[in-house]
Amino acid sequence: MYEIDPTRTDLIAEFDASPSGPYSRELTMVLNRLRLGPMDERFIVVCTKRRREWAVARMPTERGHPVELIEGAVFDNEDDAARKVFRLRWQAVTGHGPA
Amino acid sequence: MKKVVGYTNAWSVAPGDTLEVKVSTYGPAHYHADLVRVICGDDDPDHGIFREEEIAAPFASEYPGRTQKTAAGSYASIAASPRLDALESFTVQTWVFPTTPCKGKQGLIAHWDAGSECGFALIIDDNGAAALHVGDAGKSTTVSCERPIAERRWHLISASYDATTGAIDVYQEFLGPPVEADSSAVAHGKGAYRAATGPLLMAALPATSTGSGRSIPHHNFNGKLDRPLLTGCVLSHSEIGALAWDAMAREREPTLVAAWDFSRDIGSRRVIDTGFNGLHGTTVNLPSRGVKGFNWSGNEQNWQHAPQEYGAIHFHDDDHYDAGWETDFSYTVPDDLESGVYAVRLRADDDESYSTFFVRPPRGTTTSKLAFLASTVTYMAYANYQWHLHEYFAEVTDLSWTPVDADDVFLYQHPEIGLSTYDHHWDGSGVRYASRLRPVLNMAPKTDLGGYNLNLDTLVLGWLEARGIDCDVITDEDLHHEGSALLERYRAVVTGAHPEYFTTPMWDGLRNYIARGGRLAYLGGNGFIWRCAMSDEMPGVIELRRAEDGIRYRDEEPGEYYHEFTGEYGGLWRRLGMAPQALVGVGTVAVGFDASGVYQRTSASFDSRVAFIFDGIGEDEIIGDFGYLGGGASGGEIDAADPMLGTPPHTLVVASSTGHSENTWLVPDETGFHHSAMDGAQNPRVKADMTFFETPGGGAVFSTGSIAWSASLPHNGYDNNVAVVSENVLRRFLDPKPFTVPR
Repeated sequence: MYEIDPTRTDLIAEFDASPSGPYSRELTMVLNRLRLGPMDERFIVVCTKRRREWAVARMPTERGHPVELIEGAVFDNEDDAARKVFRLRWQAVTGHGPA
Repeated sequence: MKKVVGYTNAWSVAPGDTLEVKVSTYGPAHYHADLVRVICGDDDPDHGIFREEEIAAPFASEYPGRTQKTAAGSYASIAASPRLDALESFTVQTWVFPTTPCKGKQGLIAHWDAGSECGFALIIDDNGAAALHVGDAGKSTTVSCERPIAERRWHLISASYDATTGAIDVYQEFLGPPVEADSSAVAHGKGAYRAATGPLLMAALPATSTGSGRSIPHHNFNGKLDRPLLTGCVLSHSEIGALAWDAMAREREPTLVAAWDFSRDIGSRRVIDTGFNGLHGTTVNLPSRGVKGFNWSGNEQNWQHAPQEYGAIHFHDDDHYDAGWETDFSYTVPDDLESGVYAVRLRADDDESYSTFFVRPPRGTTTSKLAFLASTVTYMAYANYQWHLHEYFAEVTDLSWTPVDADDVFLYQHPEIGLSTYDHHWDGSGVRYASRLRPVLNMAPKTDLGGYNLNLDTLVLGWLEARGIDCDVITDEDLHHEGSALLERYRAVVTGAHPEYFTTPMWDGLRNYIARGGRLAYLGGNGFIWRCAMSDEMPGVIELRRAEDGIRYRDEEPGEYYHEFTGEYGGLWRRLGMAPQALVGVGTVAVGFDASGVYQRTSASFDSRVAFIFDGIGEDEIIGDFGYLGGGASGGEIDAADPMLGTPPHTLVVASSTGHSENTWLVPDETGFHHSAMDGAQNPRVKADMTFFETPGGGAVFSTGSIAWSASLPHNGYDNNVAVVSENVLRRFLDPKPFTVPR
């Protein structure tokens, strides 16, 4: 499996610059790694007000349980929410910041 | 988040029909309901095309809110009988294939009265072991084998109670592969038993009576049961074994109370007792039938050829057919309500939901020469789609973080509302049935266009409205029931973006219509791909068995490729020898969810036969380099012509698409082997073909072969070349002048 090099903060900068892509091959590998994790406790973006508000949330471990909104992670644009999710997953996978 | 949801008892209604509206609130004390006509449901403020009209309706009012119970989870119910009430000594047994043995207590066979605590219940207990629970007016005993049974392995589970001694014996016998550890176990004990009254349940336990409201069975079982049997005596271990393998239990056991044979009446809700007492029953909430039994040999794949090997029913705790909500109010469709898409709009606090339905013209009549065929069977297949909430690889498919909205959160937190045919049950098996008799949150305006559901089709309807092209709205279910006679009232039929699922009567009806002079404009992609089935006995639900291959989000169980509703082989129409190319000229070749491509005219587009299509379009003009899905008119899921698959020889491929991305891939049925050039950036076969052909009956078929086509129609205030091509086709199709097949 592809392993993310936590020192490659240039890839974080690349994602920040254009969260919806297009991505370099290296960033694509990073994104695929971050996106192929289990659903349990996965950080996600929830559109809480249609086309106006996005929040970062964490999936529960089981169907029927509440989706947990992350405190303070509410944005007025989808890109900022995506940037936050990228950081949270980067930290979860690599064990290193930034979050 | 969501505070109010609702549904209607029907999706397709005509003037004079009465619609029942059922609503549940989650918090608010009141909700407001009114009627709207949905003209274009895309509420993206950047698009500026949302249109709905409020329509006066007698039900429009404020109503008290309440949370309605939802009856999820399948089981079988055997009606109350004096024979059951008189039970003293007994043996109960069944073959069991558990799929979540460790999820907690699950009912297998129960004649139990939770109020008086009388009766018996054969269960899987909290430790995953077989157990018998008996009770005598509050004195209850559970005797457990205490050893977990193996997941997804057959076991014979039996238990007996001796009324003279109070002795209880429980046997848990493993029938798994001989190379695996044997999970058999035996338990003995003593207890007090007095027969219960009321129905006998399989795969669930009766609910404790609440005295008011609905009591819904609980502790639902996940897995398969086969040949459940009940006798009025204590059987020896060898007798239990003999009866378990015996297809004619009644011939051997005079004390038989009931021997249920699930291989009888597959495709129905009926549960047949082959014993002497006629203790027949019904299934509830659509468990899966026509599934492999404990004795499946693998010699037959078709349940109709070897029903004795398909004597199991697969139950799930999240199966769903009818939510069973009470009606809040009704609406009789007035005679003057014009055909179209309508919705009951529900508002509570800051939340809003739509319960959408379709109004046909008065029965037996038309009010237009053009019919819009609403893809209600496809909407049903996608009903409450949750794949992106449950599948780990959803994001690398969709190329984004899991896109979730308030509807998704509600569905995740309320699994009782049920799943779509794209999803997996809680036990990991694929969902085969999807019903409209429950809230269907994604069959509504103001939902994601990328959901390929009704809202995307409202872009076609909004365009027709904007261009002043009248149409009646009819539905897939109408076509299923009425066949080509429904379509033949119309000079032309136009589809939405994604008429993906077709039953055999729908396929035959559309093909007959085309053959007899009808005109079909297929303004979508990935259409007419999967065969599905509907039941005459159970309206409002589809069955889907995704046999073999095709882009699909779950695999079908081997040996279970035949629909239980109809006995028909499931899967791609292509695999049945009836590819969509033979119906509409094109069929699916590729899928991609990021960037869309554009159409370029071919040399065939200059043929005089198709001059009408390109009236106003330049010779070198790029068609559809804009749109709300991927920025182009060719995308999402795209179709191409293929003479080998039945594209008629005189078909003209008048345009093809280019510019597809490296994330657009050939579908599995288009390639027998993976290779490194399967994507849209490299493979020339990744393209949509726009096709046209005439029929001997004077009709014609035009196809765009792209889901994204519909999302390009509204560009620039509906003034664009995708809209021009579409309108040119419809205007000519509405002209009675016959088409002629070239010689």
